Amino acid sequence: MLEARNVAFSFKRDQPLLRDVSLAVEPGTFTAILGQNGCGKSTLLSLMTAARTPHAGEVLLDGMPIAKVDRRERARKIAFVSQHSHANRLTVFDSVLLGRRPFMDSAPTAEDRAIVARVLDELGLADYALRYLDELSGGEYQIVVLARAFVQQTETLLLDEPTNNLDPSNQQEVMRLVRSEIKRRGIGVAAVLHDMNLALRHCDRFLFLKDGVVDAFGDEGIVTPAQIERVYGMKADVIEHAGCKLVAPL
Amino acid sequence: MQEEKLTDKDIAPRVAGSGIEGAYSGYIRHKRLVMAALVAVVCGLAIWSMGIGSLELSPAEVVAGMFGQSTSQVNTVVQNMRLPRVLTAVIAGIALALAGCAYQSTLRNPLASASTLGIAQGAAFGASIAIIVISGGGVENSVAYEGVTNADPISTAICAFVGAMLSTAIILALSRFREMTPESIVLLGVALSALFTAGTTMVQYFAEDSQVAAVVFWTFGDLSRVTKPQIALMAAVTALSAIFFFVNRWNYNAIEGGEGLAHGLGVPVSQVRLASMVVASAAASTVIAFCGIINFVGLVAPHIMRRLLGADYRYLLPASALAGAGLLLASDMLCHVIVAPLILPISAITSFVGAPIFIYLLFKGVSR
Repeated sequence: MLEARNVAFSFKRDQPLLRDVSLAVEPGTFTAILGQNGCGKSTLLSLMTAARTPHAGEVLLDGMPIAKVDRRERARKIAFVSQHSHANRLTVFDSVLLGRRPFMDSAPTAEDRAIVARVLDELGLADYALRYLDELSGGEYQIVVLARAFVQQTETLLLDEPTNNLDPSNQQEVMRLVRSEIKRRGIGVAAVLHDMNLALRHCDRFLFLKDGVVDAFGDEGIVTPAQIERVYGMKADVIEHAGCKLVAPL
Repeated sequence: MQEEKLTDKDIAPRVAGSGIEGAYSGYIRHKRLVMAALVAVVCGLAIWSMGIGSLELSPAEVVAGMFGQSTSQVNTVVQNMRLPRVLTAVIAGIALALAGCAYQSTLRNPLASASTLGIAQGAAFGASIAIIVISGGGVENSVAYEGVTNADPISTAICAFVGAMLSTAIILALSRFREMTPESIVLLGVALSALFTAGTTMVQYFAEDSQVAAVVFWTFGDLSRVTKPQIALMAAVTALSAIFFFVNRWNYNAIEGGEGLAHGLGVPVSQVRLASMVVASAAASTVIAFCGIINFVGLVAPHIMRRLLGADYRYLLPASALAGAGLLLASDMLCHVIVAPLILPISAITSFVGAPIFIYLLFKGVSR
């Protein structure tokens, strides 16, 4: 299990970005990390992937400090979908095959290719397998990015704004695919999200960050008008519709 | 409803039925076929090139001459004059194209090459110091430019290599110091190019006419001035760097997709970037030190192959190497035939060949 314990981080010495933040990505859970732009959501993920080192506290992977875990071993346990990936001239198949990099010695095996083919099939990408990434639409590309993370077959999946720039139907599709992977393999997922309705529809735990500290953490019961106003400075109503909570800005 | 739980062993037969793997195998076969065709083109160009000159030779005579099975005159011409030049073109083309490919991947910039990073300009500055300050001009050993003299080609090559690596060292030191982005590194290269060009101009300003001429002719590039031991050294450096690049082919694929992706896949991005810069610069510097400045090959060859084969470095690296060799061989042939018996400067011809191709690719929308 991946766990951040009381981590702190700052880019400038006297301006801490994160303070005393804890988050455990437990198996079978889908945590939404919410908060205003610049509150440290993506930085928290970068600490949890060991891309940055916390100035205080620690990040543990299966009880071991993450910095002490070998890079490849880490990549076999944590998959990370960055908000800054580039669609280059790789085919969909080759791009997804890249997700098997942590398991390769020098070249992909028949098993690696079989896993890729299976995931492409399951995600409805079979017809796109030999198309170049830079020929795909934004929605198709994001599903390829997810497929690449899925073939890593990790216990933990971290997503940094996975639905950015997608239309509503593709946003739902991406989140549905993540949820089905949680159900199928029992993985733990944490995602930085901006759309609270998307988070309420698909996630089961919510972490609100405000000014670099955890303002609230819990199930959907913590998503209240008062909480939204405190974190986003915005008035909103939280209503029930067809058994699902919805946030309606006022 | 309970979802189906599958293991990878259960999946294999299902996948075979889906046909994705079969289609992918066909796609890989196509890439290998293109590579085989490129090998054939390079071999054909090499043999054709060895037949061109004051003594015209047929392909059969060239092949016989290579193995010492022709007349003594043909054997001598092929083995001692044309084969070394052609080998130099092939090795230099491979080294420059591989270096360009590695720069473009690790810096994620389509304009990265030895010329745009200031490495070629650093070499020219080093060569100027050697020719003007250290050796002071002298005797020429080139076939191409009779009468223009360079007293000490060895110290010229050493100083050019040092100049080129100095440029690399400055880029790496500053990028480590300030944790610069790949984009800033390319801009730093542009600044260093200007700095080294200014340094070369200043050194030339205080030199005699014959020394300036020697420097200018050095920068023209010349494949025929490279000796057999130098070819062996170039081949060794190129082979080692090719192995390094090929070992990192999957890392380059990951880095091109973004640093976050590469890091998430367990790629040590900073280390790969640093090591690739050093190895690419060593390969390019060795070629420039012995052959002089050769423009556009390192920039254009990867772009042509990216267009043809995509950006998968498993195939892009070897294909770019072959394209670089082919481009330099074709340019060398043009040097010899355009105004025969005069031999035109190779750097000008590679630019004449490379620039229109680059512009064409630009207008076709290849920007990565």
